[in-house]
Amino acid sequence: MTKGLVAGIISNLVIVEVDGPVSQNEICYIKIGDTKLMAEIIKIMGSKAYVQVFESTRNLRIGASVEFTGHMLEATLGPGILSKNFDGLQNDLDKMKDVFLKRGEYTNPLEDDKLWHFKPLAKVGELVEAGSWLGEVTENWIPHKIMVPFKFEGKYTIKEISAEGQYTIHDPIAKVVDNNGKAQNITMVQKWPVKVAIRAYKAKPRPFRMMETGIRCIDSLNPIVEGGTGFTPGPFGTGKTVLQHALSKHAEADMIIVAACGERANEVVEIFTEFPELEDPRTGRKLMERTTIIANTSNMPVAAREASVYTAMTIAEYYRSMGLKILMLADSTSRWAQALREMSNRMEELPGQDAYPMDLPAIISNFYSRAGFVYLPNGATGSITFIGAVSPAGGNLKEPVTESTKKVARCFYALSQQRADSKRYPAVDPIDSYSKYLEYDEFIEYINENVSKQWIDQIHYVRNLLIRGKEASEQINILGDDGVPIEYHIRYWKSEVFDYVILQQDAFDKIDSSTPIGRQKFMMEIIIRIIKRDYDFDSFEDVSKYFRSVINILKQMNYSEFKSDEFIKFEAELEEILTKRKVAEPA
Amino acid sequence: METQAFQKIYTKIDQITKATCSLRAKGIGYDELAYIGDRLAQVVKIIGDLVTLQVFGGTEGIPTNAEVTFLGKAPTLKVGDDLAGRFFNAYGDPIDGGPAVQGKEVEIGGPSVNPVQRKKPSNMIFTGIAGIDMNNSLVTGQKIPFFADPDQPYNVVMAMVALRAKADKIILGGMGLTNDDYLFYKNVFDNAGALDRIISFVNTTDDPPVERLLIPDMALTAAEYFAVEKNETVLVLLTDMTLFADALAIVSNRMDQIPSKDSMPGSLYSDLARIYEKAVQLPSGGSITIIAVTTLSGGDITHAIPDNTGYITEGQLYLRRDTDIAKVIVDPFRSLSRLKQNVIGKDTRSDHAQVMNAAIRLYAEAANAKTKLENGFDLTDFDERSLNFAKEYSNDLLAIDVNIGAIEMLDLTWKLFARYFTSQEVGIKKEFVDKYWPKKD
Repeated sequence: MTKGLVAGIISNLVIVEVDGPVSQNEICYIKIGDTKLMAEIIKIMGSKAYVQVFESTRNLRIGASVEFTGHMLEATLGPGILSKNFDGLQNDLDKMKDVFLKRGEYTNPLEDDKLWHFKPLAKVGELVEAGSWLGEVTENWIPHKIMVPFKFEGKYTIKEISAEGQYTIHDPIAKVVDNNGKAQNITMVQKWPVKVAIRAYKAKPRPFRMMETGIRCIDSLNPIVEGGTGFTPGPFGTGKTVLQHALSKHAEADMIIVAACGERANEVVEIFTEFPELEDPRTGRKLMERTTIIANTSNMPVAAREASVYTAMTIAEYYRSMGLKILMLADSTSRWAQALREMSNRMEELPGQDAYPMDLPAIISNFYSRAGFVYLPNGATGSITFIGAVSPAGGNLKEPVTESTKKVARCFYALSQQRADSKRYPAVDPIDSYSKYLEYDEFIEYINENVSKQWIDQIHYVRNLLIRGKEASEQINILGDDGVPIEYHIRYWKSEVFDYVILQQDAFDKIDSSTPIGRQKFMMEIIIRIIKRDYDFDSFEDVSKYFRSVINILKQMNYSEFKSDEFIKFEAELEEILTKRKVAEPA
Repeated sequence: METQAFQKIYTKIDQITKATCSLRAKGIGYDELAYIGDRLAQVVKIIGDLVTLQVFGGTEGIPTNAEVTFLGKAPTLKVGDDLAGRFFNAYGDPIDGGPAVQGKEVEIGGPSVNPVQRKKPSNMIFTGIAGIDMNNSLVTGQKIPFFADPDQPYNVVMAMVALRAKADKIILGGMGLTNDDYLFYKNVFDNAGALDRIISFVNTTDDPPVERLLIPDMALTAAEYFAVEKNETVLVLLTDMTLFADALAIVSNRMDQIPSKDSMPGSLYSDLARIYEKAVQLPSGGSITIIAVTTLSGGDITHAIPDNTGYITEGQLYLRRDTDIAKVIVDPFRSLSRLKQNVIGKDTRSDHAQVMNAAIRLYAEAANAKTKLENGFDLTDFDERSLNFAKEYSNDLLAIDVNIGAIEMLDLTWKLFARYFTSQEVGIKKEFVDKYWPKKD
């Protein structure tokens, strides 16, 4: 292997004089005393390799020896990833016993001697390729497929496959031969370079299946799909993290991967403490059983922060190849971009806008493109839905990270300061936000068959209502309450009904925090019925009073168990108010 | 600093800029300290045998033949129980005339806590200031700044919070403090008889600005000693973080780095996060809580310094002058403590959350009524009552000179509710109204 000597140090950028061939993004270890610091090549100039060190370089000296590994930064893939807490380089944080992180301490992401109950799925003589399912083990409750390693090229024939039984991840479970008769053993564990997309799928069509998130302002207004992409930009204090946590709790996915990338450690601690306790209503199991956390909080080394989102995406792709629905969340991709900026700055590259590297848009779009819905070679489907939080500097959406992300992500959930200030949570702006999937014919067809034929029309109808409500409210503010026709007040309050009852949702209430699609449909229909009615009022004061009482009952319904006695009681009460009001029935 | 016998002395400096010196030297470690003459410097770049040193005190008057000795270590602080009650400069040297501290020498700016080893912060810090305790409860292990304009009395409030919080140690990190403010803190702590629990690291406006960069790490290294080794509750006060960030900008500018937003270095977020994330609730019971000050210019929170801070800290506190009562209050609208959910109703009383929200809602009604009044519209009876409520609420609860217990503040708010409103107008859950609504006097 190539070796080298440290020739220069500028913070975590180290220049290494190398004695042989090296490749871009190759991993190396720098020796400092008894420990070794992991680093990645980011630039090569002649015999000098510029490496970014994933740790502090304090006390590192010129002349320190460096060993190159011949491979890029790799994720270790195998059973045992689920429920783990990793750092950005996939070190198992729970295996580190000290309170403080120790420089140069790298821990095994999996367990070498744990026995897994393996069941073969393939038979001797079958023709297989990278990603083909050979067998499965049960990991928590997920049928974890053991696959032909993604690094295998071409077709192979299975020569031997192990019988059902207990094996460790390093025991060979199959032997395959390639066209030239060369035999290779396959174990349950494989490695894959995190910056390279796993492409062991047959086709990647446009996504079309709706992904239920339980969050009404998404499902009932700007739905996202299995394999879709979205992002949530917002100034601080607008509830980005609460929204990401809500998604990770309630979204209809087989597995959740949370990349806590350069954010507050206490927020991750909240997941660590809550998820092992909270129940997933769909499976009755603990939320932690379907979750893997990649925690590279803001005080952890910057270069590892950049790696963390790639590590998370690679794990997502691995599980997608098993035919699972993955939801990946990253909070926040701005911190990742800032990590890129710091390195670019140290390398004295010519900067782009706001000192970000020139290729930032390309890096972002390349990353988002790794999400998606796929057909696997055996006909099964799998998906990675990716939602990234963006923290725009100064809350200004015209900054490079937000703009670059807007070009690639198909759903835009803008968190608004104004809504947050008036405590309308989740503070997703219903008018600025959009979902491009509403234009997909495949998606419309799917909704028509699986939700209802009216659903898409209803979404367009309420969006229009919200815009008209906003216009009316602006007119009222300019001209005064009695300076506009009562009709304006009615229009405004109709949009408020939708706002209060559908858009606003209490993330901390047991029942309101998640609404299944059936219930969303039910409420949507009630509200559209209320909105479509004509009303007759004597004064604008009556309008707000009346609609406030309507909203109050509808909110009580939101807080009650669906179709429970209480719920039905409120429904009846609502009906009473609605009929009592002198309504001129629509012609 | 006497030189040790085996130390090599270099006497040829190749380059001198406003903040750095470069010379040829071998076997030097990154981050290592050196003396150039009697000035302390730190290695910031090594290319081959060319070592660049950042000189904390500035390079004015340094000759090319100055004596340079390397200390073979990164900046350190001697930690021990003797730190208590003492005042130090940015290098950790005493400035109170007392003896040097004996103790274990540890490198400052050490590693971060493994996130899985942290505990969820869940112990409330009672300050007696109802504007904080009721609406923005602080929690041990939290990090929260005051966002304040320079004319606001943030140092006074911070000193008050520090003294009333039942912390085992209070560590003051003063960056660019005016001498007057430094003496203010010294006197307040002295008069309160609290000097034995206070440790101060101070860089005043008389000192070179780059020295400030060491202050937070010094203060937090001392904090970690007491929190980790002694399981103590430690409160760290950092004032003013804007001046700290300015010093970062000076250094990065002199090292020819490309500035990002507002002339700040591109690494500002990481630099600030490295400090604030030292706030922690440890599994052993010790904790570090950070209360900082970020001064704003003209209230602009979109500037890179408050903006990055807001993304890192767990909320922010705003002070505001309420002209109706001629007092400074804790602004209930813009202030936010993100961790208050962890303690409200648990460390206080179960009606806390409802009382807090109802009072703020009514206070907002008063603000609307005020706008109406200013625009020449007629006020309703409800408007009049909200305005009166707001005035008393502001004076008795939000003002920074309030000092009452948590139960008392809730009872007082109930009294104000009953004085001006009906229970329907207040809109609190019935079980609490039944229990706490004051009986007619």
